[in-house]
Amino acid sequence: MKRSQEHKGMHTGLLALLTAAVALLAWELVVRVSQLPAFILPGPGIVWARLLTALADGSLLRHLWVTLQEVLLGLALGTLVASLLGYWLARSPRWERLLAPFVVASQSVPIVALAPLLVIWFGPGLLSKTLICALIVFFPILINTIIGLKSVPQDLRDLMRSLQASRAQTLRLLELPAALPVLLGGLRIGATLSVIGAVVGELVGADRGLGFLINVGRGQYDTALVFVAVFALVAMALALYGLVVLAERRWLWWQQRSNSLALLSGEQ
Amino acid sequence: MSAATTAPFLSVEKLSASFADRTGQLSVLRNLSFSVPRGQFVCVLGPSGAGKSTLLRLLAGLLPTNAGRILFAGEPVRGPQAGVGLVFQDANLMPWRSALDNVALPLELRNNPDAIDRAWDMLQLVGLQGFELALPSELSGGMAQRVAIGRALVQDPQLLLLDEPFGSLDALTREKMGEELLRIWELEHKTVVMVTHDINEALYLADRVLVLGKRPASIKLDMPVKLARPRTPQLRYSPAFGRMAARLRAAIE
Repeated sequence: MKRSQEHKGMHTGLLALLTAAVALLAWELVVRVSQLPAFILPGPGIVWARLLTALADGSLLRHLWVTLQEVLLGLALGTLVASLLGYWLARSPRWERLLAPFVVASQSVPIVALAPLLVIWFGPGLLSKTLICALIVFFPILINTIIGLKSVPQDLRDLMRSLQASRAQTLRLLELPAALPVLLGGLRIGATLSVIGAVVGELVGADRGLGFLINVGRGQYDTALVFVAVFALVAMALALYGLVVLAERRWLWWQQRSNSLALLSGEQ
Repeated sequence: MSAATTAPFLSVEKLSASFADRTGQLSVLRNLSFSVPRGQFVCVLGPSGAGKSTLLRLLAGLLPTNAGRILFAGEPVRGPQAGVGLVFQDANLMPWRSALDNVALPLELRNNPDAIDRAWDMLQLVGLQGFELALPSELSGGMAQRVAIGRALVQDPQLLLLDEPFGSLDALTREKMGEELLRIWELEHKTVVMVTHDINEALYLADRVLVLGKRPASIKLDMPVKLARPRTPQLRYSPAFGRMAARLRAAIE
C-alpha cells in the first residue's frame, strides 16, 4: 500500500512538472508568434533573468519578507479572534441568531473597498495590512469554527457530561479534536485569502511588499518585475496551503491512515 | 448475591418525564416506581419509543426529572455523578483515540496516574488483548462495543447503565457479547440496569425484567428471572426459558 502511494506521489509530481513545462512552452510560443513588446508580455526567459537580478540585489526577498509578515500576522490575528468568537457563538445559539445577519452583511462589503479606509486610519505600514488580512481571514474561520463545534456528536458530549468533565477538558479532549478537520479546512482557505488581503492592502498604499513591487513594475513598464512578484505571491500562497495540508496529515492521521495525495479535498 | 439490607441501592419514586415538542407536551414516562438492590442485573424491556432510553438517561443524570425522584445510594440524583458507568447504543468512541486511550478516558479526566495501566488491564478483561493501539475505525462493531464496556467499567462504577448496547450488532455477535457481558459481570458483580428490546437477551442476562408499556410508559410487568447462574447458552432452549419469554412477549404487546 505504501509503495503504491509513493508511486502515486511520484506520478502526481511528474504530471505537475509536465503541466508546467507545457504552460511555459505555450507562453513562449504566444510571445514569439504575437511579437508583443516585452513591456506588455515578456517571455519566460526575460522573466527568469529579472527574477535572478531581483534575487541578486535582495529586493525580492526584502519585499517578500514584508508581505509574508503581514500575511502571517493577519492570519494569526484573524484566526484567533474568529475562533474565539466562533466558540462563543456555537455555545450560545441566541447570540448566534442575533449576530449572524451582521456577520453575513459584513461579508458583502468587498475588502477592496475597505482597504483604503484601513490604510487611512492605520497608516501605510504593517498594521493596516495585518488588519486587512485578519478581516479577510475572519469569515471562513468563524464559520468553520461554528460548523466544526456543532458537528461534535451529541452522544460524545453526553459521555463527557456523564464523566463530569470540566469545560476545559471537554474543549481539549473532545471539541478541539472533533472539530479539527473542519477548523483546518477553514485555515486552508484562510491561508490563501490572507495572501490576497496583503496584496490588496499593498496595492492601495504601501512603500514595500510584493504588492508595492507590482505597482513599481507597472509604473516603470518593468512588466517582467510584475511577473516575478506575481509568481512570488503564488509560491507563497502554495507554501502556506502546503503547510496547512502538512498539519492536517500530522494531526488528522487517525482520519487518513490510507490517504493519498489529495491536495484539494484533503480527505479520503 | 445478598439482597439489599435497609435502603435499596437504586430507587425510582413516582418518576414522570415529559418533553416539550412542536405539538405541545409529550409525556414519555408516567408515575414510574421501582427499586433495585445492590448487585442485581435488571433489564428494561419495552416497545420502541416507549421511553426506555429516556429512563436510562434520567438514571444517568443526563436529563432533569420533572416529577418524582431517583435515589442512588440514598442520595437524590441531580446530575451526572461519579460511580455510574454508561454504555451507549453505538459504541460512541472517540475516533482519534486508540482503544487503549478510549478506555483510559474516564481515569484521565480525573488525572489518575495509573490510567493507562488500568485501561490496559481492562482491555484484557474485555478480551481485546492485541488491539490496544487499534483505532475505532479498525475495530469490528462487537470489538468497539467491548471497548465501550471497558470504558464504562474502568472507573470501577457501582452502577452500570447500558442503553441497548448490542442493538447495532448482528444476531450472532449479539449473543456472543451477551455471554461476554455475563462473564465480566460474574467477575465484577456490578449493579446493572440495561435497556433492550430483545426478550431472549433480557431473560438470558437479567435477574429481573421490567416491562414498560406504551407511552406514557409505566411498569407493566416486574418479573424475576429465577434461572440458575452461571448461565449457559443452552439455557435459551429450556422450557422454563420459553415460558418466561412467552409471558414477556404477551406483556409487551
